[in-house]
This record gives sequence, C-alpha cells and structure tokens, in this order.
Amino acid sequence: MYEILTNLLNNTIIAYIISAILPLFVFILPFALFAVYLERKVSAFMQDRLGPNRTGYRGFLQTVADILKLIQKEDIVAAGTDKWFFNFAPVLVFIGSYAVFAAIPFSSIYIGTNTDIGLFYIVAVSGIAVAGILMAGWASNNKYSLIGAMRSVAQVISYEIPTALVVLTIVMITGSLNLNFISDIQTQYFWNWYIFGGPGFTVTKFLLIPFMITAFVIIYISTLAEVNRTPFDIPEAESELVAGYHTEYSGMKFAMFFLAEYANMFAVSAIVTSIFFGGYQSPFGYLGNLIGLTWLIPIEQLFWFTIKGLFFVFVQMWLRWTLPRLRVDQLMTLCWKYLIPYAFVNLIIVGIILLF
Amino acid sequence: MALKTEHMVLNMGPQHPSTHGVLRLEVELDGELVIDVRPHIGYLHRCFEKHCEALSYPQIVPYTDRMDYLASMYNNFGYAVAVERLAKIEVPERVDYIRVIMGELQRIASHLVALGTYGLDIGAFTPFLYLFRDREHILSLFEMTCGARLLYNYIWVGGLSHDLHPDFVRKTREFITSFRPTIRELNDLLSYNKIFVERTANVGVLPLETAINFGATGPMLRGSGLKFDLRKDDTYSVYNKFDFDIPVGKGLMGTIGDSWDRYYVRVLEMEESLKIVEQALDQLPEGDVKAAIPKKVKVPKGQIYSRVENPKGELGYFIISEGKDAPFRVKVRPPSFVNLSFIGDLCKGHLVADVIAVLGSIDIVLGEVDR
Amino acid sequence: MKQYLLDTYNALKTVLIGMRITFRHLFIPSVTIQYPEDKVPMTERSRNRLFVNMDDCIGCDQCARACPVSCIQIDTVKALPTESLGTTSNGKKKMLWITKFEIDIAKCCYCSLCVYPCPTECIYMTDIYEFSEFERDNLKFNFATLTESEAAEKKANLVKLQAEKAAAAAKPITPTETKQ
Repeated sequence: MYEILTNLLNNTIIAYIISAILPLFVFILPFALFAVYLERKVSAFMQDRLGPNRTGYRGFLQTVADILKLIQKEDIVAAGTDKWFFNFAPVLVFIGSYAVFAAIPFSSIYIGTNTDIGLFYIVAVSGIAVAGILMAGWASNNKYSLIGAMRSVAQVISYEIPTALVVLTIVMITGSLNLNFISDIQTQYFWNWYIFGGPGFTVTKFLLIPFMITAFVIIYISTLAEVNRTPFDIPEAESELVAGYHTEYSGMKFAMFFLAEYANMFAVSAIVTSIFFGGYQSPFGYLGNLIGLTWLIPIEQLFWFTIKGLFFVFVQMWLRWTLPRLRVDQLMTLCWKYLIPYAFVNLIIVGIILLF
Repeated sequence: MALKTEHMVLNMGPQHPSTHGVLRLEVELDGELVIDVRPHIGYLHRCFEKHCEALSYPQIVPYTDRMDYLASMYNNFGYAVAVERLAKIEVPERVDYIRVIMGELQRIASHLVALGTYGLDIGAFTPFLYLFRDREHILSLFEMTCGARLLYNYIWVGGLSHDLHPDFVRKTREFITSFRPTIRELNDLLSYNKIFVERTANVGVLPLETAINFGATGPMLRGSGLKFDLRKDDTYSVYNKFDFDIPVGKGLMGTIGDSWDRYYVRVLEMEESLKIVEQALDQLPEGDVKAAIPKKVKVPKGQIYSRVENPKGELGYFIISEGKDAPFRVKVRPPSFVNLSFIGDLCKGHLVADVIAVLGSIDIVLGEVDR
Repeated sequence: MKQYLLDTYNALKTVLIGMRITFRHLFIPSVTIQYPEDKVPMTERSRNRLFVNMDDCIGCDQCARACPVSCIQIDTVKALPTESLGTTSNGKKKMLWITKFEIDIAKCCYCSLCVYPCPTECIYMTDIYEFSEFERDNLKFNFATLTESEAAEKKANLVKLQAEKAAAAAKPITPTETKQ
C-alpha cells in the first residue's frame, strides 16, 4: 500500500502518514459504529424484540445519535481525583486497542508494518490497556472503582497466558511470527487453513486437526476474557455489586472506552481468523483470477477478511446474550486450572507430532 | 506487631438494580468475604393495616391487591378465605374452582417473574425476556376475565366479581399447550447451564433445622428438603380434589438447601400448577358466581388466623372483628418478610457477588415486606 | 481427574445447547407491538377511565360510599315539589339536583367497586387509557351539568322553601288562646 501511494503521490512522507491512518478512519471507526448497532439488533432479535428501528432507516443511525448525545454531555470530573491520570486513562485504553491493528494484514497489499515479530508485538501491545484500566480505577478516587479495576487487571493479565501458549503452538507449526506470512501460506482452498491442519496433504495435517480445534477454542475463550465480554464482564457489569472502573467517566471519555471495546473485539477476531482461518484468503479461489482482472484480488481479500472478522464478532455477541456471568474467583479458576493446563498439554502434543 | 484491620461496610442502597425493590442491605465485609448482612426495610411502607381499620370488608380487597403486587390473585384469595371463615359464608362450588384456576395461573406468573429476574441478576439477559413473553399470555387471560392486568380486585368476599369469559377455557388450554415447551427451553438455557450452576450451587445453604426454627415457608422450606405445602397439609378451598405433587429440593447439583434447589423447586412448581389448572378446567361445574355475595358483609365478633399458600410462602391474615362494618384489626403475615429476615446467616462466609445470588433465590417482593 | 474432564465436557455441552436455543430465536419473529401506530385492542371488560352518564344519575351517593379511596365527591340539592327532573332510562324518577359530581381520576385506583352499587348503571369504566395531563388539577373531572349560578339558584330555592315551611309550621294559633 505504501508503495502504491508513493507512486501515486511522489511524496514518501504523505504516503507514509496516509497509509498509517488509513485503516483507522476508513475501517475501524466505521466498524466500531456499525458494531454497536449490530450488537443491539442481534441482541434484540435473539430476545424476540425489535431493537432500535426509529432513528434512520430501521435504526441505522442509532449509533450516530448515541455519539452525538455523548459528545454534548457535561464532562464531569469528580473532586479529589488525580487529574492527569484521570484524563489520560481513556487515551491509553484506546491506544492499547488500536495499536494492535498495525500488525494485522487486511489484504495482501496492505499491512501496517510488515515486521517479522508481528504476533509478539500484538501480544505485547495489548498489555498497554492494562495500565490504562489501572489508571482509570485509581484516579477515580472511588474505592469500588479501584476494586473493579484491580479485578479487571487480574483478569486481563491471567488470560494473556493461554493466548500466548496458543500463539506459541502456531509459531511452532509455521515457523514465523509474521502474520502476513501466516495468512499467505494458507492459500488456495479452505482445507489449507490451519484449523484443518495447514497446507499440504501430509499425515501431520490430519493428526493435527483435533489439536488445532482445541487450540482455537482456548484462544477464543481467552481473547473473550481479554476484551471483558460476558461471561467475563465482571468489570463492567451493572447488576453486580461493585461498580466498574469506568463509572466516573461521562461524555466523550466514556465514548472512548466504549469505542475502544468494540475495536478490541474486532482486533481479537482478526487475530483468530488470521491464524486459524486463513486471514484474507478466500475459501475457494478468486473472482479476479477467473475474469482476469488482477487488481480485483486485493479488494476481494479485504471483503473476505471483513466477513470472517464479522462472523467471529457475531459469535462473541451471541455468547454474550446466552450465558450468565462468572464470579471473579471462578474466572480465575477457569484460567489457571483449566485453560492453562489444556493449552500446555496441547502445545506439547503438537510439538511431539511435529517431530515426526 | 499485627496489622490493624477493620471490616469494610458496603451499602447496597435502596437504589440498586438487583435488590428487587427498595431494600437497603448493609453488608459488612472482610476483604471479599461477607461477615454479616443486615437488611433495612420500610421504604415502601404504606400503612395497609391502618387503612383496614377505616374501610368496610369489601373495600379492603383492592388494598390487599397491592401488597404482593406480582401475585394479587392470591392476596385476594387469602383475604376472602379468611373473612368467609370468620363470617361463616359458604361459596358455590364453581366459585371455588375458578378461584383455584386463577390462583394457580397467578402462581405460574409470579414464578416467571422470580426466575426471570434471578437470571438477570446472575447475568443471563435472555431468559428474562422469554419468560416475560409467556407471562403476557397469562396477563391477557386475566385481562379478559376481570379487566385488569396486574391488580385484579377479582376474588371478593363471598364470590367473584365477574364470571368467566366464554373464551376463557379455550384460551387457557391453548396457553397450557404452548407453555410446556417454554419450561423445557428454560431448563436448557438456564437451569442446567454449567455457569449458572457454578454460581448458585452450594451458595446460601439453608439447613432444614434452621429453616424450621426461623419459620421459613414456601419454596425456601421445600428447597431445604421438607415436603410441607399448605395446599395439602392445611387444605382450603377445593385443593383436596386435585392430584398434584409437591416438589422438594434434593441437592441435585450441590448440597440440599442451596440456591439452585430453591430455584429448581420453583421451576418444578410451575409444572405442577399446570396439572392443577388442567384438572380444574376438566372438573369445572356450573353455577352462579355472585349468588353468595352478601349485600352487606356482616361479620360476627371474633378473631381468626387463616393462611394460604402464596407463591412465595405462607400468607396469613389475622382479623379481629367487633361486629361493625370495618374490622378492628387486620394483621398480615407476609412470607417475604419472614424469609428475608435470615439473609445474614445465609450469606456468612460467601463472597460479595453471592449476596445477589442468595437474595434472588429468596424471591422477595418489597410491597409484601413493607406492606 | 475424571471429575475434571467431566466438568469440562459438561461446560462445553451446556454452553452449546444454550447457544443453539438463542440462535433458533434469531429467526422467530418479534413480538413487539409498534405503539403508537398499532395499539393492543382493549377487552370488553377492561377497566380504564371512569365515565358518568348524568342523564341517568339519581344522586344516591352509593358509588361515593363504595369507593375505597374516596375519589368521588357528590353534592345534591333536593328539588322543589313543583320542579320535574324527568326519569332515568330504567324508569326511576329523579328527585335531586346534582350540584357537584367530581371524580379525582388521579386518586382512582381503578378497582371498579363504584360500578356495581349504581342502581341505574350510569357510572362505568370505559376503555380510554391515554389521558395524561400536564397539570394535576386537570385530572379532576366534573360531571355535573349545572353551572355555578344555576346551582346557587337551586340551593337558594331550597332554602326559601324550607324557610316558608318553617314559617308555616310556626304560624297556626291554637283555639284555646282566643276562647277565654
């Protein structure tokens, strides 16, 4: 993308800036707005009701109305808070979700930074949000927010471990940390995806299938916990006893927490699809190849990437409206006593399979 | 030198999404463990018992509606049975059968609210809406009969205010056939769900001895294992003509008497109520429902304590009459009030989030607790 | 160990069963009624706003006495024997002028206890439920058809008649007075 823009504009700096902020404004922000509307409609249809259907055609402009409302709200800052931390915390959480998109391949010609340590960077950067949450809880000068923030931090940190273990499994199989490379080798047809064992028709591929499915389930659950969605939404549950870390926020700062959560949801879905489901590859060849228009291929890849990401976001919403909430200690039990041993055993068995 | 620590006092104030009404719970914590829970009530006190001293007997019926507003038919029923026992009024058989049908439908509606809001407290948002959709059918049955959806003023002293609508029997049978799959769906979605079981099993265990000593009644007592139901043990109206079972908590998912048992007893009770309604519809006799309603209710001097089985427990009415138009004293024994009193013992040693789970399983209605 | 694996299997199974139920509900049509375009039809026995048909009212005060919250206020004035107020639709002769018939619909608890004692069935509950007002005093409905001046006139008439009657009762001289 960077090269195309450089050729177009003959100016490397502007090309650089545009290719860095392009996904932010063209893709992620509209996606976050769409995801809020999708969540409300999906939850409504699952509950046999209609959801928003008065603002715009079938309620399409509901999120715009929400954002307008949040912008014009009074920005209440409670007394006794640590002003600098209070104002900076939403920014950090925002950064933690959006910086992840730098290493995710949207299509074969666009990746923010084609670094060789993509996966490692992603796991590291999603930890920045932890600092933001803790800042928000501490600076609110509210003991319940602090407790909520500490619980949330414990949750995010614990669930990074199964994520990292599964990522390690994939790295063992593919031999690279670069997400672009991983998406690239799952070409041609859908049976080349890693959920079905990977490209090539060897015995290893068929042996790997059950362990890949287990790894997918583990990483899906752990990333669900990282974005604080039900059943792991103790930090933001309204009907629980202790209020969450973002109760003291109002107006635009709250909107930043809100949008950051939906962008985070898409980011983790994108990671899961890139690793297991072929990223931007289509399941059965390209229309561009069929017709002969090669410039159509990257656009098709973007389309497939979006569809797969949206599907996993839909499954996250589906889980939210089906399951009750886990208690804090049960959350920790699930991570340390169930997910980590399974992920570990999975890793070892995959390693043994790969040896032969 | 040991660190000086203090217990933290957390106030789940009158305005809270999970306390079912205006209830203030003062929770004393040691870190995350609950040491004591003290309920503070009285935010919804409306002087029901004082009002009764100035109203005549038929005029009290709308006031009894508003005590447990989610089960008004049964409040009316209890009051009518009490006054009829005191004034020695005999009602026609048709009246008794219709009262039983309405009472059991009301039991189902009240349990639907209890189970739906319990799921909502635990975090499952969808069963609440599915159950309320079915409750709409029951409320429209009631609206067809007496004109109101929540506060009925239907069961009067000596009879009923309206006879059944001609379409009532057909629509009730349709409702019964459409409701059985919903109970199955609720079981699949919520009751056996591992996360729900983890949240509610072994939480708030009420041993049987403690339950009897404290005076617990209704699903709280039956959840602890005792088969005691006023409809069978102290029969009123025509309940002795029906064949139904009393579900008891058996400790399927944890210890006997935990919150899951109390929850599951309510689910099973809904099934039993359906059986009673079916049998009553089959046996419904003809008659005039207003025949025994006196022009002026004349109650001789005396006093009586009469009790019925509310969806939440034993609802008792103690009426002292001096032979005048208005009673001298009406005292109500609300089941939620007594069941709420030992929430402190139930929550000792559990975590903060379990207080909500226990409170939901006790199933209180503040209108009844405060009257 | 066995319990551990059983727990995992149970958890996954119940989660998937729950997910299947919610997925099935995605395709069940919604039950929402789009108010105010569609309204739920009221049943024939529904209890909403009260209405009094003043042509039939005989002023017997039974409804006001039956009301548990005392929301009906009735003031009547006895009609002169010369005046004729007509009869109600079921044949009763009206004998009282009704100067005030006020129902405070904000106090009404919609129990319909006032409907039954009425001998001419002139008070009943309609099916109107959308009658919110901005001022609370607008919820005091006055059903009496006499104006202020007419009501005052009727009262004055009655007072005059009573005064005449009292005068006539005090007037006659006993025969023993004149016969000495």
